[in-house]
Amino acid sequence: MRPLLCVLFVAWLAAPAAGQAAPLSAADRERALQALAGDDGDRREAAVTVLGGTGDPKWLAFLMALRDGHVYARGQEGATEVLVGTATSTPGDQPVIELRSPYDGAARGRAPLASLKEVAADRRLRVAIKPFLDADETRLQLADPDPAVRRGAAIKLGNQADARSASVIETALAREGDGWVRHALAEALALIRLGGADLPARLDAARALGGLHSTTALPALRAVARDPAAPSALRTAAERATGQIERWAMLTAAVETLFQGASLASILLLMALGLAIVFGLMGVINMAHGELMALGAYATFVVQNTFRAAWPGAVDYYFLVALPVSFVVAAAVGVILERGVIRRLYGRPLETLLLTWGASLIIQQALRLWFGAANVDVAAPRWLSGGVPVMVNLTLPYNRVFIIALATLAVAGMYWLLFRTNAGLRIRAVTQNRGMAGCLGVRAGRVDAATFAVGAGLAGLAGCALTQIGNVGPSLGQNYIVDSFMVVVTGGVGKLAGTILAAAGIGGLSKGIEPALGAVFAKVAILVAVMLFLQRRPAGLFAARGRSAEA
Amino acid sequence: MRKPELLAVGLVALVLLVALPVCNALPPDSSLHLPDFTLNLFGKFLAYAILALGLDLLWGYAGVLSLGHGVFFGLGAYAMGMHLMLEIGAKSVYQSALPDFMVWNRVTELPLFWKPFYSGAFTLAAIVLVPAVFGFLFGFLAFRSRIRGVYFSIITQALALSAWLVFNRNEMNLGGTNGLADFKTIFGYPLHHAATQRGLYTATALVLVVAYLLCRWITRSRAGKVLIAIRDSETRALFSGYSPARYKLFVFVVSAVLAGVAGALYVPQVGIITPARIGVLPSIEMVVWVAAGGRGTLVGAVAGAVGVNWMQSWLTTSYPDLWLLFLGGLFMGVVLFFPDGVAGAVVGAAGRLRALVRRRPGEVLTPVGPETTP
Repeated sequence: MRPLLCVLFVAWLAAPAAGQAAPLSAADRERALQALAGDDGDRREAAVTVLGGTGDPKWLAFLMALRDGHVYARGQEGATEVLVGTATSTPGDQPVIELRSPYDGAARGRAPLASLKEVAADRRLRVAIKPFLDADETRLQLADPDPAVRRGAAIKLGNQADARSASVIETALAREGDGWVRHALAEALALIRLGGADLPARLDAARALGGLHSTTALPALRAVARDPAAPSALRTAAERATGQIERWAMLTAAVETLFQGASLASILLLMALGLAIVFGLMGVINMAHGELMALGAYATFVVQNTFRAAWPGAVDYYFLVALPVSFVVAAAVGVILERGVIRRLYGRPLETLLLTWGASLIIQQALRLWFGAANVDVAAPRWLSGGVPVMVNLTLPYNRVFIIALATLAVAGMYWLLFRTNAGLRIRAVTQNRGMAGCLGVRAGRVDAATFAVGAGLAGLAGCALTQIGNVGPSLGQNYIVDSFMVVVTGGVGKLAGTILAAAGIGGLSKGIEPALGAVFAKVAILVAVMLFLQRRPAGLFAARGRSAEA
Repeated sequence: MRKPELLAVGLVALVLLVALPVCNALPPDSSLHLPDFTLNLFGKFLAYAILALGLDLLWGYAGVLSLGHGVFFGLGAYAMGMHLMLEIGAKSVYQSALPDFMVWNRVTELPLFWKPFYSGAFTLAAIVLVPAVFGFLFGFLAFRSRIRGVYFSIITQALALSAWLVFNRNEMNLGGTNGLADFKTIFGYPLHHAATQRGLYTATALVLVVAYLLCRWITRSRAGKVLIAIRDSETRALFSGYSPARYKLFVFVVSAVLAGVAGALYVPQVGIITPARIGVLPSIEMVVWVAAGGRGTLVGAVAGAVGVNWMQSWLTTSYPDLWLLFLGGLFMGVVLFFPDGVAGAVVGAAGRLRALVRRRPGEVLTPVGPETTP
């Protein structure tokens, strides 16, 4: 009972001071310090609450010193002098410490350590001190140069809804330039005022929260709307704000689903692009495509470790090096595969499918033996972690944005390669009519190898990108590969546009139905959808036409 | 049947059907005694061989490569497994009439689709009919819209993936990842008795022989010739007035049923069925049995299923790391160097040997090698 009474008493004491950080009276101050020097745990805790409750930075500094064990007491029981120790030195045969008074920090001379009694902060006291220091730290963060830190601090203060923070937030709001931080500050301020006692301020706060689309305020607003003790005007305002926020939440959910769909579509596209090009050229479904992706991912892992070992300062930029490296590694393995075995089976697609499956098993097991069966750790570079806030309550993660950009670039690159270069002209010639292209002097074998290399390289690139959004393990490829086969089959082999459309369709559809059906049944539904789609177009969206299609 | 072939098949059937069970029934100290474990292992291989026959019919004869036969295997296996689960009754760990996993998942009442599986006759019918109906529906959609070649293979692989995902879900009430296991009796006979296992083995061998004769009859019939025609050129078969879709659908359903029966025979002998047996990897492993044994020859499919699985059970115990490497190598090696599998290689070698033997007496072999130079 006693601690509770103490806390209540202190709360009563501190209440008028809330938000203004009124200075402590000399008597209060003396009583608190004497209590701290004593042995009574309850009184000591109450003293910390009094000192911390002032919110005064100087008292907070004192509490920090207390926590760190730098506070000493000198003199008799009941009339002790509480001091803060600073520097110790050993001029003679025993250590001597410089002393300062608490709060104002006036010098109080030196004393031998042995003559002082340490005012130790036990666990209970440290627990009591922590919230004051934390709250202070959060308030300090409002002045941080990094807007993300400021925004985080503002959100935290809003969640705490501590009335004492209001003035600090107001000051911060007045000088804040960044829109997102301003929004978070305004939200925090409104949250604090909503919990206050002043009715017009609470009404304003409820309206403001509705206008700010604050999801964090929903529980508080709902509580107000249901509270029979609240004035009816306030309850109506809270209800209206709740409705406003809920409508906004639906809108953000829709935009988020759209974005997730686009993100999944780009992943599928990155994976299916290489697959589709090889399939279009040689009629070969490369079952080892997933393992080429895994190779790209592991290449990224190796590059990262090399950077960590050799250039720890530049470790954030490893990813820029890993992108081309993973492309080259996968492309090299692809060329070995094509020249070594696949070309012997030209024109027998089912056999090639089995052959590449065999190759995939070997690559997968080799990765497992070399790197171990467990997932390896690929850290996101700092510039890819975090996200860009686009709407209230909607932050798009940088890694997803990056993948969308990479997929767009890869598609643009493929279009450029196929339609703006001589090599592309040859590839298209061999795709359309291998025999005729050969007669006209195109070396089909070389074109095959080069195309396969590009396709495999794209797989490596996809694997490198996947390290940023998923686990990297030997079976990385397996998780996505069937989906990308579906994209290729749905898209058909005639045009790149088919692959793009199919990736967008399958990615969008699966994210669209996932909330309703769950991931597993969404996948089944996609399979059924593809089956039904193929009823209309058995060779995909863009089928290869003409005589060569019947080969 | 030609005489030597009849003789060979009959001999193998005799060994599988009679000799092995008899050897197993001999007292353990006899030198000819076959351990229970080995017979059980063989039972599993022969169940796989039944599936391989169906797959060979589909791929080797009709040229349709299915990468999703694990699903049909699973349908038969789960049908059998459900009946065996219900046969356990209150003898389970939780002493509930419900299967144990339902007790874990807090299912209080037996789901409706489980109830008919109390009946043994229904179960036997379901083992045939469920894969048949499912195969018919899938095949109908696929072949009607002329999905073929790699397209068909990819779609069946997606089917295997979907089925694996679905069977893994606990809310399907099929045991989730752990599958169905801990069976006690089959049609009242205790499963752990050697005699029951011997009976199951013999039943499997018998079904295999029947399946072989059925497949042989199909391939020798007029329909079999059309299947081969479709494999070699679907368009030409179409223009000759046949409907490739119907023939393919027929053979797809037959092979689905064979896979389902194989699954049903597999379950009581192995004692467990999990989604891991019906996913993408096991489905494509089934294809390699046929490829290694020799597609387009029924004997090859059987030999491949037994041989590859024998190798697997040896390698996975002795060198577990090497199994996948070996499997991958087998895929590549068979496709590259033995496109007709072991059976094809043997037939080829036999043909060359015969040509050598049948040389007329007066004919002189053209000498080859350095000694021919004067």
